[in-house]
Amino acid sequence: MANRINRDQVQHVASLAKLEFTEAQLDAFTPQLDDIIGLFETLSEVDTDNVEATSSVSDQLNVMREDVADNWGQSQALLKNAPDAARGFIKVPAIIDESEDN
Amino acid sequence: MNFETTIGLEVHIELKTNSKIFSPSPVAYGADPNANTNVIDWGYPGVLPTTNKGVVADGIIAALALHATVEKHTHFDRKNYFYPDNPKAYQITQSDKPIGHDGWVEIDVDGVKKKIGISEMHIEEDAGKNTHERDYSYVDLNRQGTPLIEIVSKPDIASPAEAYAYLEALRQRIQFTGISDVKMEEGSMRVDVNISVRPVGQEKFGTKTELKNLNSFNYVQRGLEYEEKRQQQVLMSGGAVQQETRRFDEKTGETILMRVKAGADDYRYFPEPDLPALNISDDWIKELNDAMPEMPTKRRERYVNELGLTDYDAMVITQTKEMSDFFDATVALKADPKMAANYLQGDVNAYLNDNHVDLQATQLTPANLAGMINLITDGTISSKMAKKVFKAITNGEEPKAFVEKHGLVQLSDPAKLQPIIDDVLQANPQSIEDFNNGKKRAVGFLVGQIMKQTHGQANPQVVNKLLMTALQQ
Repeated sequence: MANRINRDQVQHVASLAKLEFTEAQLDAFTPQLDDIIGLFETLSEVDTDNVEATSSVSDQLNVMREDVADNWGQSQALLKNAPDAARGFIKVPAIIDESEDN
Repeated sequence: MNFETTIGLEVHIELKTNSKIFSPSPVAYGADPNANTNVIDWGYPGVLPTTNKGVVADGIIAALALHATVEKHTHFDRKNYFYPDNPKAYQITQSDKPIGHDGWVEIDVDGVKKKIGISEMHIEEDAGKNTHERDYSYVDLNRQGTPLIEIVSKPDIASPAEAYAYLEALRQRIQFTGISDVKMEEGSMRVDVNISVRPVGQEKFGTKTELKNLNSFNYVQRGLEYEEKRQQQVLMSGGAVQQETRRFDEKTGETILMRVKAGADDYRYFPEPDLPALNISDDWIKELNDAMPEMPTKRRERYVNELGLTDYDAMVITQTKEMSDFFDATVALKADPKMAANYLQGDVNAYLNDNHVDLQATQLTPANLAGMINLITDGTISSKMAKKVFKAITNGEEPKAFVEKHGLVQLSDPAKLQPIIDDVLQANPQSIEDFNNGKKRAVGFLVGQIMKQTHGQANPQVVNKLLMTALQQ
């Protein structure tokens, strides 16, 4: 095993993805993820010395729409599709963590 | 031990666009929960966001208003985190190439001017809103996708008072551009602060704490003052400040530990693959710059240097663009600037406060305010009569017509006033004697009598002059 990723990192990535693994699973996934990263490493064999960095693989640029509001009237259908809804809200298990991010 | 304080502010400003940043859903308040949402806002599989041109324009406007450099090759990034009000499990924001960087605003604390740097500003989407009840939480995604600009200060702010002044300068400049209402009480301006202290001379910044629950500029300043003192005391007693998030308690003015920060956040930013990058042209920047309203600092200079207002008057008038525009329009109609400023700060502000309305929601117009002021300056009405006229113009009435209709014309003609003065003097010999015995108060009584006889319509200046002449004979 090339040690491109260790068990703690796998555990960390799992927790970021809200996944819980058993010890046995961690043991199994660590070398597997290591192999996957290894596979992607073949990309680094490509010579990119004279290639400018990009943030996108698309050649589109400046695709924008005008600031015009249009309500598609989908809220009832969307709420129907939610696991649970009440009074027009999406009903979710109680949130304890008060942190709000933006 | 002497300490120096370093404060950092992250300010989120909600933009007043018609539609959301990445979907055409309306941006509007007071709608039923989730009424202004569509499949894009809910983060359904297979949907694609499209950038709202108005938001990019607003980002450029904010950058220009804050003396920042507009980033011409900009793009969005994806910030990953889980929260129920964040349906995609990521927020589309900017990290790598924010739309503006390296700006500044000038602040003035007790007459000392200082430039506060802005490291960057970026455009991003807001999250939905959660309300919490006993066993469940309830999510409303109407706010999801509302456009925001986040403005991050450089570590130049050295005191809570400077933080307050910075927020006020920022609020005013953004308010004048018209891209946001920037009202903290309505959530269109939100402030996150961090603060650290270090012994003077220490090169490394101290450990910083973050403060939450700051709902007004005043609370920002008070929360920072408490935290500054608390951290100094921790250091003086030999302790170490912990990296933590604290909540400001409005009732006690104290900050309370919410949680200790364990390690750095891991948002795994990467360029947003669903949105093409943006190349902002010089022409577009120029077009937006040319349309930029005159900023409050420029207006204050003009008010003081050209119109003779005091610094204080100029400051109050430039609290909002609406007030400042109203003032400019009133003065353009030949109203005396000092009187216009006084009326706006006094009667107009009192009226707005009493009725909890914004200036633009009233029936007051610059034409009617100028009309009223001009009636005072040309002697047609007294300032006292103007009280009634002011009430009328708050109902949209034309001052001249109102004055004529109610016979509110000031009596300034000496030929008409003299007989009344003579009558009053004849009826009050005691007052004349008092006056001759040096009792100046007798004049006030006599003026009062004359005003009574004329139903308050006599011009006080003319009355005074005629009365003094009569008494000194």
